[in-house]
Amino acid sequence: MIEIKTLVKTFADRSSDRVRAVDHVSFKVEDGRFYTLLGPSGCGKTTTLRCIAGLERPDSGEIEVAGSKVYSSANGAFVPAYRRPIGMVFQSYAIWPHLTVFENVAFPLRVGKPRLGGDEITRKARGALEQVELGGLEQRMATQLSGGQQQRLALARALVRAPQVLLLDEPLSNLDAKLRERMRVELRELQRRLRITTLYVTHDQIEALSMSNTIAVMSAGVIVQEGAPREIYMHPRTQFVAQFIGSTNQVGGRLRALESEGRASVDSEVGELLCGVTSEVAAGSQVAVVIRPEDLILHPRKPSGLPNVVEGKVATVMFLGEYLDCTVEIGKKVLQTHQPRSLGVRRGEAVWVELPVSQCLALPSEGGGAG
Amino acid sequence: MSTIALPRSIRRTFPLLREPALLIPLVGVGVLIYLAVLPLFMLFYGSFQAEVAPRQFVHTLQNYQAAYASEYTYSTFKNSVIFASGSAGLTFLFGTILAWLVERTNTPLRIIFLPLAVVPLILPGVLESIAWIFLLSPKFGYLNVALMALFGLESAPFNIFSLPGMIWAHSVGQVPLAFLMMVAAFKSMDPSLEESALMSGAGTWQTLRRVTLPLLMPTCGSVLLILFVRTLESFESPALIGIPARIYVYTSEIYLAFNEYPPDYGRGAALAVGLLLLSAAGVWLYTRSTREVKKFQTVTGKAFRPRQFDLGPWRWAGFAFLTTYFLIVVLLPFLVMLWASFLPFFATPSWDALPKLTFENYQYLYTFRPFWRAMQNSILLAVMTATAAMVLTSLVAWIVYKSRLPGSWMLDFLAFVPITVPGIVLGMALILLYVAFPIPIYGTIWVLLIAYVTRYIPYGMRAASGSIMQIHGELEEAAAASGASWWETFKRVTLPLLRPGLAAGWIYICIVSFREFSTSVLLATGDSQVLSILLFGMFEQGQVTVVAAIGILMILTLLAIVAVFYKLSGRVGIQT
Repeated sequence: MIEIKTLVKTFADRSSDRVRAVDHVSFKVEDGRFYTLLGPSGCGKTTTLRCIAGLERPDSGEIEVAGSKVYSSANGAFVPAYRRPIGMVFQSYAIWPHLTVFENVAFPLRVGKPRLGGDEITRKARGALEQVELGGLEQRMATQLSGGQQQRLALARALVRAPQVLLLDEPLSNLDAKLRERMRVELRELQRRLRITTLYVTHDQIEALSMSNTIAVMSAGVIVQEGAPREIYMHPRTQFVAQFIGSTNQVGGRLRALESEGRASVDSEVGELLCGVTSEVAAGSQVAVVIRPEDLILHPRKPSGLPNVVEGKVATVMFLGEYLDCTVEIGKKVLQTHQPRSLGVRRGEAVWVELPVSQCLALPSEGGGAG
Repeated sequence: MSTIALPRSIRRTFPLLREPALLIPLVGVGVLIYLAVLPLFMLFYGSFQAEVAPRQFVHTLQNYQAAYASEYTYSTFKNSVIFASGSAGLTFLFGTILAWLVERTNTPLRIIFLPLAVVPLILPGVLESIAWIFLLSPKFGYLNVALMALFGLESAPFNIFSLPGMIWAHSVGQVPLAFLMMVAAFKSMDPSLEESALMSGAGTWQTLRRVTLPLLMPTCGSVLLILFVRTLESFESPALIGIPARIYVYTSEIYLAFNEYPPDYGRGAALAVGLLLLSAAGVWLYTRSTREVKKFQTVTGKAFRPRQFDLGPWRWAGFAFLTTYFLIVVLLPFLVMLWASFLPFFATPSWDALPKLTFENYQYLYTFRPFWRAMQNSILLAVMTATAAMVLTSLVAWIVYKSRLPGSWMLDFLAFVPITVPGIVLGMALILLYVAFPIPIYGTIWVLLIAYVTRYIPYGMRAASGSIMQIHGELEEAAAASGASWWETFKRVTLPLLRPGLAAGWIYICIVSFREFSTSVLLATGDSQVLSILLFGMFEQGQVTVVAAIGILMILTLLAIVAVFYKLSGRVGIQT
């Protein structure tokens, strides 16, 4: 289990100001769960992770790992990194180039307490290497391994001490696309099998959505939304979350009236729209209506009796294999849509775009206009 | 490096004083100030002092008057400038041509010339000058004699005891330096810049003239500047060639002020201050210009496979140049030294001299106590200097580049200061400091150790910071995350990764300490005699064949150091 309470970490800035990299962040990862911090670079996710690892010293707050307080500003407790029950995989893998594969994995056993006998070290290190399918490569120099193998080696090294908590700092970002896809599955399988509490840091939404039990989206040092992957994707609570996860169309407008069952009508750039709405939005306020490209439906002829249908002109059509990426101009506004390959549309044709009411969501406008 | 953050960092520093982590940087600052700043302070102080180590400080400007308003002032200045600019120009010319031929053309056998061009580095500057005196002395110089016989000349065509002679003897020893710098510059040049010139219709020579050379201009400027400064600071050929020829430059003036009776420390100090300011200005310009070079797009540190210029039939001219250069400039000084070491008395090489060759000089040295003491001191000093300098600089480099402690830029700056201090100036400053020092170390090898360590801190810093910066921070953090304490991390991860770089720095400092001349010449006496100074003294006394034997033994010792190093570095495992 990991529990963090009102964690603050600041860094000195060039202009003699202090920048809050982590700003009163609190969250809890239950035993055996896979928890992901997701956000763009500089959002504070890696700093949070490094505070938990003990590689950074926070300014204030409290960190509890596996039932013991490893940091607390209230009583000045700070357990150094090497005494924390953690295993960590770094973005660069940090495989030691002067050691063999075996010695890399055996390292945590050799330096840790209690001291182990040679046989036990060999047994455990081999076991960890088997676990990540690197058996038989023990005597290779670590630098002779391929990128994917180094990544597994880093994982084996992090797990060899059987830590209470596994910390992963963008471990897949240096792999090529195919390998990344495979490692996603393997990593998640391994985590399930070992039931190890895992904190994962990434800027890749696919990794976050596909692997996590819970995602916390971070921006500018704070968690802006926490929830299950489906929840985060389907019901983003802010414009930032909607924009950061997946591609999204955003249509600016003003909320005209709240209606029943969490519905509202909006005067938007493309005309009147009926949308889902969260309780935080009041009538008369500026909103951004968000809708995913795959949720938009194109009709070659004007359909009758459907709400949220607007007329537009096909601007571009791109064949992407899995689907057609088709953009539609509605006045000055351009909407991006994903359409089935079978749809026969051409550039310049008139189409009717349906924005299904259940998929439209009006969010409080964060300014900066609709993207 | 933020320089305006000082008040803030001091504010943050004081509560941290209780932590031992901050004690180490503070000790570092203390040691560096003691080594690099205190002697310079004493030098300034001494240059305004009426007499050395008096009870009271009596302020005077007489020293400066004696140093800069005498009848010799103008000629010393003129000689220094001609010597420095002539050497810089000649060294640069040779270095650039060699580098270009070896690195960028299809000259035959150019690959074997790459290591050969660096060989003169092993020849100490004192020996280089002595060898060229053997070759170009107007009375007995071998080359002169040979040329006179060959062309039936009345008088010797060359006279080493002249400004051009000084320039020549100094330049040929410095060529490897210019060569290495220019090879690096040629290597780091993006070949596509030249290829696009060729694609635009420019021929080989036009490309060279219009693209290659202009792109290299900033690098050339900074190489010339550093050669100029190094020549200004050098004392080898000014001592061995300049003083007998009565051609004085700043370094020899300082030496003479110290060596006259009674020694005029005040005038020496005033001269040293002037030389120090000149050299500091040069170094400042150099660091500025290299910063400019970095802005220039060619030097990216990326490894390119440089384009080769096709010289056509001219490649044989290139080959002839390389061969001639190697035979005359690299090989001949070694040979003449070796030959002279077997002569009972100095004589021109001839078939008659052949049966007279003898081991007498080496036998003499075998029982010559001062030689063994100097050899012992030199080896001891080389090993101790290299070890002390590398320990100190790796600590400093670690603090500067890894610890992110406030004010660590100051350490970086302090460690750079000695590079601006010419060897003889440092010697002068240390005399002023330690003559009045409470602990009597003046006249012992400990003063020399302090002097050498101070001089070579910047070299150690370069080796140490280079290898420390190469170590990704996550390699150490991964050890901490694996449960290794600070000490375990240092022992098992940091040190093994640093070892190859530190070993290279160690061996380099070992070599340059072993051959050090311009600082030792003021500090080594009696029991603290070192080889280079022993050589100098015996040469002045006319024991030239014994000097040649010492020179050969010195070169062999240097070769042995390098060999041991290669053996060791193989064992510690430099692998990538």
